[in-house]
Amino acid sequence: MVEWSDSERSTIASVWGKINVDEIGPQALARVLIVYPWTQRYFGAFGNLSSATHGRTVLNALDKAVKNLDNIKGTYSELSQLHCDKLNVDPDNFRLLADCLTIVVASAFGSALSPAVQATWQKFLSVVVAALSSRYF
Amino acid sequence: MLSNTEKELIVQIWDKMIPVAEDIGSEALLRMFTTFPKTKTYFSHLDISPRSAHLLCHGKKIVQALAEGARNISTLTTTLAPLSRFHAYQLRIHPTNFKLFNHCILVTLACHMGENFTPVAHAAIDKFLSAFSAVLAEKFR
Repeated sequence: MVEWSDSERSTIASVWGKINVDEIGPQALARVLIVYPWTQRYFGAFGNLSSATHGRTVLNALDKAVKNLDNIKGTYSELSQLHCDKLNVDPDNFRLLADCLTIVVASAFGSALSPAVQATWQKFLSVVVAALSSRYF
Repeated sequence: MLSNTEKELIVQIWDKMIPVAEDIGSEALLRMFTTFPKTKTYFSHLDISPRSAHLLCHGKKIVQALAEGARNISTLTTTLAPLSRFHAYQLRIHPTNFKLFNHCILVTLACHMGENFTPVAHAAIDKFLSAFSAVLAEKFR
Protein backbone atom coordinates (compact mmCIF):
# COMPACT_ATOMS: atom_id res chain seq x y z
CA MET A 1 0.00 0.00 0.00
CA VAL A 2 1.41 3.35 -0.99
CA GLU A 3 1.25 6.07 1.64
CA TRP A 4 0.71 9.67 0.60
CA SER A 5 1.24 12.53 3.00
CA ASP A 6 -1.11 15.51 2.82
CA SER A 7 1.71 17.58 1.41
CA GLU A 8 2.37 15.00 -1.34
CA ARG A 9 -1.32 14.88 -2.24
CA SER A 10 -1.50 18.62 -2.60
CA THR A 11 1.77 18.76 -4.57
CA ILE A 12 0.51 16.17 -7.05
CA ALA A 13 -2.84 17.96 -7.42
CA SER A 14 -1.07 21.28 -7.89
CA VAL A 15 1.35 19.99 -10.55
CA TRP A 16 -1.47 18.20 -12.36
CA GLY A 17 -3.62 21.31 -12.25
CA LYS A 18 -0.98 23.24 -14.17
CA ILE A 19 -0.38 20.62 -16.84
CA ASN A 20 -1.92 21.16 -20.27
CA VAL A 21 -2.89 17.61 -21.13
CA ASP A 22 -3.29 18.31 -24.84
CA GLU A 23 0.24 19.66 -25.15
CA ILE A 24 2.31 17.83 -22.58
CA GLY A 25 1.14 14.32 -23.47
CA PRO A 26 2.03 14.46 -27.17
CA GLN A 27 5.28 16.30 -26.38
CA ALA A 28 6.36 13.63 -23.91
CA LEU A 29 5.57 10.78 -26.26
CA ALA A 30 7.29 12.48 -29.21
CA ARG A 31 10.34 12.95 -27.02
CA VAL A 32 10.42 9.25 -26.03
CA LEU A 33 10.38 8.24 -29.67
CA ILE A 34 13.35 10.53 -30.43
CA VAL A 35 15.46 9.97 -27.32
CA TYR A 36 14.81 6.21 -27.13
CA PRO A 37 14.29 5.23 -30.78
CA TRP A 38 13.61 1.56 -30.03
CA THR A 39 10.23 2.62 -28.64
CA GLN A 40 9.18 3.38 -32.21
CA ARG A 41 8.61 -0.36 -32.59
CA TYR A 42 5.27 0.11 -30.87
CA PHE A 43 4.13 2.85 -33.24
CA GLY A 44 5.44 1.69 -36.59
CA ALA A 45 2.04 0.72 -37.90
CA PHE A 46 0.41 3.98 -36.87
CA GLY A 47 2.57 6.86 -38.05
CA ASN A 48 3.00 10.28 -36.44
CA LEU A 49 -0.65 11.10 -35.96
CA SER A 50 -1.30 8.28 -33.62
CA SER A 51 1.56 9.02 -31.29
CA ALA A 52 0.08 12.48 -30.67
CA THR A 53 -3.30 10.87 -29.96
CA HIS A 54 -1.67 8.33 -27.72
CA GLY A 55 0.13 11.08 -25.84
CA ARG A 56 -3.24 12.60 -24.95
CA THR A 57 -4.65 9.17 -24.10
CA VAL A 58 -1.77 8.51 -21.69
CA LEU A 59 -2.24 11.85 -19.93
CA ASN A 60 -5.98 11.30 -19.63
CA ALA A 61 -5.26 7.95 -17.99
CA LEU A 62 -2.87 9.72 -15.60
CA ASP A 63 -5.81 11.88 -14.58
CA LYS A 64 -7.48 8.72 -13.25
CA ALA A 65 -4.39 7.99 -11.18
CA VAL A 66 -4.37 11.53 -9.76
CA LYS A 67 -8.02 11.12 -8.77
CA ASN A 68 -7.47 7.65 -7.26
CA LEU A 69 -4.17 8.03 -5.43
CA ASP A 70 -5.14 5.40 -2.89
CA ASN A 71 -5.87 2.72 -5.44
CA ILE A 72 -3.70 3.32 -8.47
CA LYS A 73 -2.97 -0.38 -8.79
CA GLY A 74 -6.67 -1.29 -8.99
CA THR A 75 -7.42 1.63 -11.28
CA TYR A 76 -4.77 0.47 -13.76
CA SER A 77 -5.44 -3.25 -13.61
CA GLU A 78 -7.15 -3.47 -16.99
CA LEU A 79 -4.72 -1.06 -18.65
CA SER A 80 -1.87 -3.21 -17.41
CA GLN A 81 -3.40 -6.36 -18.89
CA LEU A 82 -3.97 -4.52 -22.14
CA HIS A 83 -0.35 -3.36 -22.40
CA CYS A 84 0.89 -6.86 -21.58
CA ASP A 85 -1.46 -9.18 -23.43
CA LYS A 86 -2.56 -7.15 -26.44
CA LEU A 87 0.08 -4.48 -26.96
CA ASN A 88 3.07 -6.56 -25.80
CA VAL A 89 4.95 -3.53 -24.51
CA ASP A 90 8.15 -4.18 -22.54
CA PRO A 91 7.35 -2.54 -19.19
CA ASP A 92 10.88 -1.14 -18.92
CA ASN A 93 9.69 1.38 -21.50
CA PHE A 94 7.07 2.80 -19.11
CA ARG A 95 9.87 4.23 -17.00
CA LEU A 96 11.33 5.93 -20.09
CA LEU A 97 8.02 7.65 -20.82
CA ALA A 98 7.75 8.67 -17.16
CA ASP A 99 11.25 10.19 -17.33
CA CYS A 100 10.47 12.08 -20.54
CA LEU A 101 7.22 13.32 -19.03
CA THR A 102 9.18 14.67 -16.06
CA ILE A 103 11.60 16.42 -18.38
CA VAL A 104 8.82 17.99 -20.46
CA VAL A 105 7.19 19.20 -17.24
CA ALA A 106 10.59 20.53 -16.12
CA SER A 107 10.99 22.51 -19.37
CA ALA A 108 7.53 23.98 -18.93
CA PHE A 109 7.68 24.69 -15.18
CA GLY A 110 11.32 25.78 -14.78
CA SER A 111 12.25 26.33 -11.17
CA ALA A 112 8.64 25.69 -10.09
CA LEU A 113 9.61 22.03 -10.41
CA SER A 114 11.78 22.31 -7.31
CA PRO A 115 13.75 19.28 -6.09
CA ALA A 116 11.01 18.53 -3.53
CA VAL A 117 8.23 18.79 -6.12
CA GLN A 118 10.25 16.65 -8.55
CA ALA A 119 10.68 13.98 -5.87
CA THR A 120 6.94 13.81 -5.17
CA TRP A 121 6.04 13.86 -8.86
CA GLN A 122 8.49 11.04 -9.56
CA LYS A 123 7.16 9.03 -6.61
CA PHE A 124 3.71 9.37 -8.15
CA LEU A 125 4.95 8.31 -11.61
CA SER A 126 6.83 5.33 -10.18
CA VAL A 127 3.62 4.11 -8.53
CA VAL A 128 1.83 4.48 -11.87
CA VAL A 129 4.62 2.60 -13.68
CA ALA A 130 4.51 -0.19 -11.09
CA ALA A 131 0.71 -0.43 -11.47
CA LEU A 132 1.02 -0.64 -15.27
CA SER A 133 3.62 -3.38 -14.88
CA SER A 134 1.61 -5.31 -12.27
CA ARG A 135 -0.33 -7.62 -14.59
CA TYR A 136 2.69 -8.89 -16.48
CA PHE A 137 3.22 -12.58 -15.89
CA MET B 1 26.86 6.84 -31.46
CA LEU B 2 27.11 10.60 -31.70
CA SER B 3 26.89 12.47 -34.98
CA ASN B 4 29.11 15.51 -35.57
CA THR B 5 26.06 17.78 -35.18
CA GLU B 6 25.33 16.20 -31.83
CA LYS B 7 28.93 16.58 -30.68
CA GLU B 8 28.83 20.31 -31.53
CA LEU B 9 25.50 20.72 -29.77
CA ILE B 10 26.90 19.01 -26.66
CA VAL B 11 29.94 21.31 -26.57
CA GLN B 12 27.70 24.37 -27.05
CA ILE B 13 25.43 23.40 -24.20
CA TRP B 14 28.19 22.52 -21.72
CA ASP B 15 30.16 25.66 -22.56
CA LYS B 16 27.09 27.65 -21.50
CA MET B 17 27.00 25.72 -18.22
CA ILE B 18 30.59 26.53 -17.23
CA PRO B 19 29.84 30.05 -15.88
CA VAL B 20 26.99 28.61 -13.78
CA ALA B 21 28.75 25.33 -12.95
CA GLU B 22 28.12 25.67 -9.20
CA ASP B 23 24.40 26.28 -9.65
CA ILE B 24 23.82 23.54 -12.19
CA GLY B 25 25.97 20.94 -10.46
CA SER B 26 24.64 21.55 -6.96
CA GLU B 27 21.05 21.60 -8.22
CA ALA B 28 21.47 18.28 -10.04
CA LEU B 29 22.96 16.74 -6.90
CA LEU B 30 20.20 18.13 -4.70
CA ARG B 31 17.54 16.80 -7.08
CA MET B 32 19.17 13.38 -6.92
CA PHE B 33 19.35 13.36 -3.10
CA THR B 34 15.71 14.45 -2.82
CA THR B 35 14.24 12.10 -5.44
CA PHE B 36 16.51 9.12 -4.71
CA PRO B 37 17.37 9.33 -1.01
CA LYS B 38 19.57 6.21 -1.10
CA THR B 39 22.13 8.21 -3.09
CA LYS B 40 22.87 10.23 0.05
CA THR B 41 24.66 7.21 1.48
CA TYR B 42 27.68 8.12 -0.62
CA PHE B 43 27.92 11.60 0.86
CA SER B 44 27.84 11.04 4.60
CA HIS B 45 31.19 12.83 4.84
CA LEU B 46 29.86 16.07 3.34
CA ASP B 47 27.30 18.71 4.22
CA ILE B 48 24.80 18.27 1.40
CA SER B 49 22.15 20.70 2.57
CA PRO B 50 20.85 23.05 -0.16
CA ARG B 51 23.48 25.58 -1.33
CA SER B 52 26.03 24.38 1.25
CA ALA B 53 29.68 25.13 0.47
CA HIS B 54 30.35 21.41 -0.02
CA LEU B 55 27.45 20.97 -2.40
CA LEU B 56 28.39 24.02 -4.50
CA CYS B 57 32.02 22.97 -4.67
CA HIS B 58 31.22 19.37 -5.54
CA GLY B 59 28.60 20.39 -8.09
CA LYS B 60 31.08 22.73 -9.76
CA LYS B 61 33.71 19.97 -10.05
CA ILE B 62 31.20 17.65 -11.70
CA VAL B 63 30.02 20.19 -14.28
CA GLN B 64 33.60 21.14 -15.09
CA ALA B 65 34.50 17.47 -15.61
CA LEU B 66 31.46 17.06 -17.88
CA ALA B 67 32.43 20.16 -19.88
CA GLU B 68 35.96 18.79 -20.24
CA GLY B 69 34.54 15.47 -21.43
CA ALA B 70 32.30 17.31 -23.90
CA ARG B 71 35.34 18.96 -25.47
CA ASN B 72 37.12 15.59 -25.73
CA ILE B 73 34.33 13.22 -26.68
CA SER B 74 36.47 11.13 -29.03
CA THR B 75 39.06 10.52 -26.33
CA LEU B 76 36.84 10.06 -23.28
CA THR B 77 38.70 6.99 -22.04
CA THR B 78 42.04 8.80 -21.92
CA THR B 79 40.64 12.13 -20.72
CA LEU B 80 38.69 10.52 -17.90
CA ALA B 81 41.27 7.88 -16.90
CA PRO B 82 42.06 9.42 -13.49
CA LEU B 83 38.35 9.95 -12.71
CA SER B 84 37.64 6.44 -13.89
CA ARG B 85 40.22 4.98 -11.50
CA PHE B 86 38.89 7.15 -8.70
CA HIS B 87 35.30 5.96 -9.19
CA ALA B 88 36.37 2.33 -9.43
CA TYR B 89 38.89 1.96 -6.67
CA GLN B 90 37.97 4.65 -4.19
CA LEU B 91 34.37 5.70 -4.57
CA ARG B 92 33.00 2.28 -5.56
CA ILE B 93 29.53 3.60 -6.31
CA HIS B 94 26.91 1.04 -7.31
CA PRO B 95 26.71 1.55 -11.09
CA THR B 96 22.93 2.06 -11.19
CA ASN B 97 23.46 5.40 -9.49
CA PHE B 98 25.02 6.90 -12.60
CA LYS B 99 21.67 6.66 -14.36
CA LEU B 100 19.90 8.34 -11.46
CA PHE B 101 22.34 11.25 -11.48
CA ASN B 102 22.25 11.54 -15.28
CA HIS B 103 18.47 11.82 -15.13
CA CYS B 104 18.71 14.62 -12.57
CA ILE B 105 21.24 16.44 -14.74
CA LEU B 106 18.74 16.25 -17.60
CA VAL B 107 15.94 17.60 -15.39
CA THR B 108 18.19 20.45 -14.24
CA LEU B 109 19.09 21.33 -17.82
CA ALA B 110 15.40 21.20 -18.80
CA CYS B 111 14.46 23.57 -15.97
CA HIS B 112 17.15 26.04 -16.95
CA MET B 113 16.92 25.80 -20.72
CA GLY B 114 13.12 25.56 -21.02
CA GLU B 115 12.04 25.07 -24.60
CA ASN B 116 15.68 25.21 -25.74
CA PHE B 117 16.06 21.76 -24.23
CA THR B 118 14.65 20.29 -27.40
CA PRO B 119 14.19 16.54 -27.95
CA VAL B 120 17.32 16.58 -30.15
CA ALA B 121 19.37 18.31 -27.45
CA HIS B 122 17.94 15.95 -24.83
CA ALA B 123 18.87 12.88 -26.90
CA ALA B 124 22.40 14.17 -27.54
CA ILE B 125 23.07 14.99 -23.89
CA ASP B 126 21.55 11.70 -22.72
CA LYS B 127 23.83 9.77 -25.08
CA PHE B 128 26.82 11.82 -23.95
CA LEU B 129 26.05 11.24 -20.27
CA SER B 130 25.66 7.49 -20.90
CA ALA B 131 29.02 7.37 -22.65
CA PHE B 132 30.61 9.44 -19.87
CA SER B 133 29.22 7.17 -17.12
CA ALA B 134 30.27 4.06 -19.03
CA VAL B 135 33.86 5.30 -18.98
CA LEU B 136 33.60 6.17 -15.28
CA ALA B 137 32.34 2.63 -14.56
CA GLU B 138 34.80 0.91 -16.94
CA LYS B 139 37.29 -0.24 -14.34
CA PHE B 140 34.69 -1.46 -11.84
CA ARG B 141 35.43 -5.10 -12.66
